[in-house]
Parts: sequence; C-alpha cells; structure tokens
Amino acid sequence: MSSATPTLADYDHAIETFDPVLGLEVHVELGTATKMFCGCSTAFGAPPNTQVCPVCLALPGAMPVVNATAVEYAVRIGLALHCSIASWCRFARKNYFYPDMPKNFQTSQYDEPIAVNGYLDVQVDGETVRVEIERAHMEEDTGKSTHVGGLTGRIHGAEYSLLDYNRAGVPLVEIVTKPITGTKASAPAVARAYVAALRDLLLSLEVSDVRMDQGSLRCDANVSLTPAGNPVFGTRTETKNVNSLRSVERAVRHEICRQAAVLEAGGRIVQETRHFDESTGTTSPGRSKETAEDYRYFPEPDLVPLAPAPEWVEGIRASLPELPWLRRARLQQEWGLSDLEMRDLVAADAVGLVEATVDAGAPADQARSWWSAYLGQQANSRGVSLAELPITPQQVARVVALVAAGTLSAKLARQVVDGVLAGEGDPDEVVAARGLAVVSDDSALQQAVDQALAAAPDVADRIRSGRVQAVGAVVGAVMKATRGQADAARVRELVFSTLGVQA
Amino acid sequence: MTDPSSTAAPALTRDDVAHLAHLARLELTDTELDLYLDQLTVILDSVAAVTEVAAADIVPTTHAVPLTNVSRADVLRPGLSRDAALAGAPAAEDGQFRVPQILGEEQ
Repeated sequence: MSSATPTLADYDHAIETFDPVLGLEVHVELGTATKMFCGCSTAFGAPPNTQVCPVCLALPGAMPVVNATAVEYAVRIGLALHCSIASWCRFARKNYFYPDMPKNFQTSQYDEPIAVNGYLDVQVDGETVRVEIERAHMEEDTGKSTHVGGLTGRIHGAEYSLLDYNRAGVPLVEIVTKPITGTKASAPAVARAYVAALRDLLLSLEVSDVRMDQGSLRCDANVSLTPAGNPVFGTRTETKNVNSLRSVERAVRHEICRQAAVLEAGGRIVQETRHFDESTGTTSPGRSKETAEDYRYFPEPDLVPLAPAPEWVEGIRASLPELPWLRRARLQQEWGLSDLEMRDLVAADAVGLVEATVDAGAPADQARSWWSAYLGQQANSRGVSLAELPITPQQVARVVALVAAGTLSAKLARQVVDGVLAGEGDPDEVVAARGLAVVSDDSALQQAVDQALAAAPDVADRIRSGRVQAVGAVVGAVMKATRGQADAARVRELVFSTLGVQA
Repeated sequence: MTDPSSTAAPALTRDDVAHLAHLARLELTDTELDLYLDQLTVILDSVAAVTEVAAADIVPTTHAVPLTNVSRADVLRPGLSRDAALAGAPAAEDGQFRVPQILGEEQ
C-alpha cells in the first residue's frame, strides 16, 4: 500500500531491479471553430458559460450532430500515425455522474474507434524508438469545475463547486499507445520524446494549437514495473494532470522510483489515478480505479454510424503534409547547417520563417542569419516571438535582395529593417522615405574621394608607395562624408584608380 | 454458436441489480430490488431468445434507420445567452452553475 509519505528508490537502483512499462494517453483538443456536436465556439478564455447551447448543456430534447471537420481532423491524425481507418464506426456513451458533463455521460468511442494500430517513431538520444499506437478515438471535452472553499482548491475540503460549460463538447481525439516496453533507464525520456513528437506532428497537421499550457494537449501517463527480465506486467498507476513536456518526464521518473520503493518493501501497487504536482514533482493518489471504471458503455442512439468512404480517406492521406522531422532533416541538408545550428533554429521557432524567406528568393545562409541574429535580438528586446515581429519573410527577402544588388550596405539594411519593424512600410518604401540607398553615383562618390584624399595627402602618399592597407582610412572618411550610404567596395576601387595604384 | 458461454447468459442476481442501482444513483428498497430483478430477468431472457435466432451474419441493430455520415459544417451558430443558460439552474454564482460539494470522486 502507498503510505502517506512515500519513500523513493534511487533511480539507477530501480532500473536495475525493475523494467518500467509505459502507456501514454494523450488528449488533443481539435482546432475546429465549433464543438463536436453543436455550433458553439471553441475559443479559449471566454467568460464562463457564454459558449453554450441546449446541446452542450444537455437540455431536454436537444440532439447532437457531428462536426464534419472534427471527423476529418481525426482521420488526419489517424493516418499520420500510420493507423488503419475504420470503414464503419460508432460513438458510444460513457456513463458517469459528475457535474463536468451535464448529460451524465460523455459521448466517446468505445469498441469501434475511428483509427487503430499505428505507430510513431521518436528520436531519443540519437536512437529511433518506435512507439506503437493502440487507437485514436473521437470524444468530447468536459466542462471546467472550480472547487470553492477549503484551502487548496482541491475537492477535499471544498464547500461547493462552480461549473463552466464553455469547454463541454469541445472536440477531442484521444491517442492511446500500446504498452511501451524495453525502454529501461530511458523510459522518462521516451515518454517526453513521444509527447514532443506527437505535439510537433499535430501542429504540422494543423488540427490543433497543441497549447499544453491551455490544456489543448494533455497527457496521462500509465506506469508499471515488472521485475527485470520478467515479461509479466505489474499493476499500473495512471498519473493525470501532466501538462508540460518536462512534467511528463518527471512524473514517469517519480512513479518509477515510488513504485520500486513500494515493491521492494514488500508492498503492492494499487491500481489508481494519481495526480502530478508541478511544484514538488511528486504524485499523490486520487480515486481508486477498481470501483470507478464501470462506465456501462453503449452505442450512442442519437448519432448514426460513421462510414468514412475509402476515396475520401485516401484524399486526406494524399493531402498530409511532410512529417515535421523529415522536413527538418531535408531543410538542414538543403541549407547546409550543422545539427547545432538547426537545433537553434527549431528552438527559436524560426524554421518556417527561414524557409519562407528562402522561398521568397533569399539565399539560405542570409535568410538564417537575419532571423537568428538581428531579428532574434529585436524579438528578444520586444519580448515577442519571431513570428510576432511585424516583418514578413518576403520583406526580409527583399532587404537581402537590395543588399545583393548593392543598393544597401549591411548597416543600411539594418536601418531598413528597423523602418519596417516601426511600421513604415515595405523595404522599398523605407529606403525611399529615409533616403537610405547607397550612393552609387560615381561622380558623387569621386567628389567625396577627391576631397578625402586632399584632406589627407600623407595617407595618399602611403597608398601610392604600396601601403594599400592605408586605404581603409580614406574609405572611412568617405563613408563618414556620405553618412554611411556609400558602397565601401566601390569607394575602395575609386581610391585606387584615382591614385593610379593596382590593388 | 462456436462459443458455448454466449448461449447461456448467467442468471442476474439481486446483487447485480443493487450494483446497477448504485451506478445509476438510484436508492432502491428491498422490495424494489426484487421487483426489478424479476423484470430485468424477463428482459434479458427475451434478448437471449432473439440472440438465439440472430446468427453471426446479422449485424446488431443500434439505429432504427439505415443512415450513416450525418454531419454538419464547422460553422458557428448562436447559442444561449449566459442568463438564459443559467435560468434553469438551481443555484448559480459568478456566471457559473453552482453544485453541492462533490464527494468521493476526484476528476
């Protein structure tokens, strides 16, 4: 039995003694405009109970109708996870009494999920781990309850609860893995890598905003231990409320250490739901599963079966985007980047921006340089993401083109970008309005060169005598005279030709 | 039938009825438990009789009409105002439904 203050086994010792077995259930809120079975908005953050109707409030006589886009998204997810798509499936009622669902049941899928038997390959420490997918099924989210009274905001000690049904009925897909075995010490890292890869995948499929902080992506982690080398599964616990990638890793690690301590002390693991506490990194027991799991599923009589036409499914398959990790590998190779350089771009969410800048005509190295260096600094100082900067990849590509054409120097290019960021319009408009184009008129430049040489006859003599590096002083003087708007390379050529020196 | 266990369903017991009543949050007297045990047994026997003639090639009927793929476009529709939504609530507070203390289970 778990005690009130559970002791933890040392992690390395736990892994030597036991093999961890994982099962991960990820709920993803779909990015549809409306709920699963009614036309209410799914937008996050609205005032309580302002996105509700007779269907999601379960008023008498209200009838659900399936959101066609939600079904399409579920099929996209299933196909991207290499699942088979059911040719015929139904919804089912999952019956339970809890005020988060006013119907007293959740509309879900039970023995006929829309997608079954797939896999997701994830990278863990340079190795590929295949995580097998048991199923992906459609269901609806529940309402949000707030427990009032008591000290902790938890149910225990609460005097009453308040219910907001804005979230009730938001389309969900629940993705369930098969038992993940053989991961040994890397189990926590595998769990994290799986959720991270799934998040990447769902984002690229454009089926969800996958905001873990807003609950759009939530993970329940099932963990059990089996004596090392013994293929018999132990009793599992299901840790809920694991809502960041870091927490997934910590929760799995904590459960391994906790369960190992219980088992080594001769105790037994209770099959139960546990809660993860972000602040302490520990889990604590919730309700016992042995009595709670009697949901009396039955086919939903208010919804007719779904029979996805094979040609419709194949059309969706054909429209699936390139998998995000394959795309990254391709771009890394095309752009000639090291692993570290690519990782930095990924971490800065800059891959798409660089790609779009390249698509708009900029060389890859310069596109990357702008986004990771100067624009990265601008984003940092404004406290926004790169994508939130008020400059488009097309505008960045135009600046790059102006530099390549000799119209802008590197310094002027930064001023043009500043102008775009300040809302002064497109790069060409900023160049015109600020008068930033390099002085490429040779007669104007020649005049500046002549003046600079006349002002520094000793320097001119040194250049004539072969000390060509002295040209820098003259170029500097010309740049100063033209307020930086001269093309330094051209100035250099003019200095040499004026003095009759071969550079 | 290839599976002999599926032809003879085990008889329903009084404990089963009490368990079902609990799951449905119904408080039943001993007399009612006996009454519903008898009634449910009749229903289950009737279903078992149908099962005997329904061979494996007959798909279980869950809908009275042979329809599939009834769906709606993902388009917003006006719902209820918050006041209208809360109008039928026994108790409300801060624009939310107020429910009594929830015991025993935790979500």
